[in-house]
Amino acid sequence: MTTATLERPRTSLLTALSDTFFRQPKLLTLLLLLPPLLWIGVVYVGSLFALLLQSFYSLDDFSGLVNHQFTLSTYAQLFEEANLQIILRTVLMAALVTLASAIIAFPIAYYAARYARGWTKALFYLAVMMPLWSSYLVKVYAWKLILAKEGILTWMAEGLHLKWLLDGILALPVIGGPSLSFSYIGTFLVFVYVWIPYMILPTQAALERVPSNYLEAAADLGADPRQTFNTVIFPLALPGIIAGSIFTFSLTLGDYIIPQIVGNSRLMIGQAVYTLQGTAGNIPLAAAFAVVPMAIMGVYLWMAKRMGAFDVL
Amino acid sequence: MSSDAKAVGSKKAGSPLGLRIAAITGLLFLHLPLALIILYAFTTEERSFQFPPPGYTTKWFGVAWYERPDIWPPLYLSLKVAAIATLMALVLGTLAAAALSRAKFFGRETISLLFILPIALPGIITGISLRSAFDIMGLDFSVWTIILGHATFCIVVVYNNAIARFRRLSGNLIEASMDLGADGFQTFRYVILPQIGSALLAGGMLAFALSFDEVIVTTFTAGQQSTLPIWMLSELIRPRQRPVTNVVAVFVIFVTLIPILAAYYLTREGEHTGGASK
Amino acid sequence: MPSAVRFENVSRRFGDVRAVDDVSLDIASGEFFAMLGPSGSGKTTCLRLIAGFEQPDDGHIYIFDEAVEGVPPYKRAVNTVFQDYALFPHMTVGENVAYGLMIKGVGKAEREQKALAALEMVKLGGYGARRTSQLSGGQRQRVALARALVNDPKVLLLDEPLGALDLKLREQMQEELKSLQKALGITFVFVTHDQGEALSMADRVAIFNEGKIVQVGAPEEVYERPNSPFVADFVNSSNVLTPQFASGHGGTSKWTSLRPEKIMAFAAGAPVPDGHAHADAEIETISYQGAVTRLGAAIGDMHLIAQVPAAATRFAVGDAVRLTWPKTAMVAMEGGP
Repeated sequence: MTTATLERPRTSLLTALSDTFFRQPKLLTLLLLLPPLLWIGVVYVGSLFALLLQSFYSLDDFSGLVNHQFTLSTYAQLFEEANLQIILRTVLMAALVTLASAIIAFPIAYYAARYARGWTKALFYLAVMMPLWSSYLVKVYAWKLILAKEGILTWMAEGLHLKWLLDGILALPVIGGPSLSFSYIGTFLVFVYVWIPYMILPTQAALERVPSNYLEAAADLGADPRQTFNTVIFPLALPGIIAGSIFTFSLTLGDYIIPQIVGNSRLMIGQAVYTLQGTAGNIPLAAAFAVVPMAIMGVYLWMAKRMGAFDVL
Repeated sequence: MSSDAKAVGSKKAGSPLGLRIAAITGLLFLHLPLALIILYAFTTEERSFQFPPPGYTTKWFGVAWYERPDIWPPLYLSLKVAAIATLMALVLGTLAAAALSRAKFFGRETISLLFILPIALPGIITGISLRSAFDIMGLDFSVWTIILGHATFCIVVVYNNAIARFRRLSGNLIEASMDLGADGFQTFRYVILPQIGSALLAGGMLAFALSFDEVIVTTFTAGQQSTLPIWMLSELIRPRQRPVTNVVAVFVIFVTLIPILAAYYLTREGEHTGGASK
Repeated sequence: MPSAVRFENVSRRFGDVRAVDDVSLDIASGEFFAMLGPSGSGKTTCLRLIAGFEQPDDGHIYIFDEAVEGVPPYKRAVNTVFQDYALFPHMTVGENVAYGLMIKGVGKAEREQKALAALEMVKLGGYGARRTSQLSGGQRQRVALARALVNDPKVLLLDEPLGALDLKLREQMQEELKSLQKALGITFVFVTHDQGEALSMADRVAIFNEGKIVQVGAPEEVYERPNSPFVADFVNSSNVLTPQFASGHGGTSKWTSLRPEKIMAFAAGAPVPDGHAHADAEIETISYQGAVTRLGAAIGDMHLIAQVPAAATRFAVGDAVRLTWPKTAMVAMEGGP
């Protein structure tokens, strides 16, 4: 090693270590990966397993203590009428919220991806990012203000002489209630509001990847605007919408704060988990309830992955 | 959808009116509620959310500052938790991104899915899982259990920012550096770090913002301690002086706004990666 | 002359693909050596093996007679000019050029002075403080060259360095690179897929195909005496005659190379000069190329290209022509296709 190597002999420890990594690139990858993988693997996945384990225990009705014996009886409880209602109600809400978010998000995403240029682009991006990252509780609180009986919505309805409409809506069975902040409509609105940025950003990312000459090509081949939308734009945006729906669906399934603050007294999965593990002390049933969104999301993620949604994440 | 479709055909002529109205209405829907929060911080009515407010005052800012000592400990705790969780996430998220961008290896896809899991699954699952794990291990709930939980989902934010930048970092630059005599560590210091630095800073900022107002996981991993969001939640459920809650909310809006704007500024030259998969 | 780079039966596989397949090679010190081949032929992998970015799976590589297996790039006295230049975007032009010296621990004043000299050598004297994003393609290329040369490499590797430049700039850079190499006396190893570039610049050319070197030699040698149909076709765009056709038209029963510009075209039935072979053909294509015209002609199922002076062309597609060529222009080759 005299002529081919650099003139200055380099024997520092770091260089020696660097040489080792150069000869064993996999060792370096492994060393880099190990700490985060241990963290996620042990702390997080380990916790998930701990939860799963709990769901196979049961609560002794008489003593109120957890019986540490393997049983499926806790899962059987999920199928009792009241519990099944909670699950169905939550899944339906998550599906509706996802659908509404997709419909409202699309024009914003489309405008931002296709038409916004320069400063409008930056403005759109920030306008979506800021509500996404601003405080969740603050956002929920804002809707408490809006939907309150004496709040801005009622005031506007009165000003526009539409009070009859508002009262009519509140009088509707199931989705109505004493005021918007104690109704399913209110819960739904807040969910859509809070999660919609999660839908806009991936949809926009997918749309930005559609080169405008695809649209020109479609037009050139004789597609009218509607056909272009149906055959080119929408299919290419779909992975983005699915990626966004992962968040809107999952977050709605597990939320327990929004329905607690804005909504009626009927429970959703998140609230059930929260009350069961807290005041009721029924950890096994809480765990079994928590496994439901986990299982739903597992299937959902698997399908999303097959449809290429992860590429736009 | 027809207005969107028309957009395609008339691209050169600018955006169609219907689409523009839909987009702007959507954005207003996103922002007006936050404006209301600010408005109600100045109302004279403290028991209800009467609109329009019967009168305006700035006294609640003084009340929050001088007469509500219960605000300060949660604020300090939130800042402390966010700072430590962000630091941990920065280290772990960067390592993960570096490893996964280096090479294709078996199981890479699965591992990257694993890192996204803490935000893809509902927060309540992360919360209750961590709680049962802490129970099983006999860990007492403390500041550290809160930090442990926060770091878990903050890793993803840093990871997402870092991996996007790592992918754009041309492999040629690293080879060029080694070709010019720099060993792995020197290459990291002089070439890789300057290239990914702003993305890491942005990721760190967003992680801080995320941790600072997290409430769902925190509820499960906190013992007697209360962070600012937990304080706020209890105020929402059992209000004492509603406008004081608004004052704190306005403060929270601005505390989270600064890192978001900074993160945007730091990554604006590149792709918009920051929040696409928060 | 001592050997600068020597390959002994070197192989490099990527999965099932043999990117470099049992290559042996000897590049002399001070030589301007070109590696020529189509994309995917293994020439770039060979360059990366010399630089140290790849390690051989089999065989040995010597740089100035030292085995370099396992020696990382940063311990090799070779430097590379990358195809896309790989200039560090966060550094100025001057900092880019001084990078290698900084890593080596050269003092600030000295490395600034050396970087300045290197930039002047590539005619970018006043550009030290610029950002690399402010440079044109040709200027970036020069910065990449200066950044490599400032380290006094024993071997300079150039990976398609002129590929991104336009024709005029490319011709100018070819001249400059050549005179720079003569002046510095450093061994240059130059990878290209452009045979004109390789032939005009290099002292010797190695032609790669499917991971193997098919021929090594001086440009005239490779051009005049291709040893295989691949070289004849790739380097000269020569006509490759089958053994049957060659033996029936004045050659031997071997695969034979016949360069297009050696073939003349006359009206049907024209007399054949002494020492010439001939074939009667029908014109299939005519392509006008300025000073010359290329005629595509068919003799049964054999297709030949003839390159004739443009002024001499009075033919139309479908005309019967008599093609003649000196028998000495037929180069018999050892290999088959």
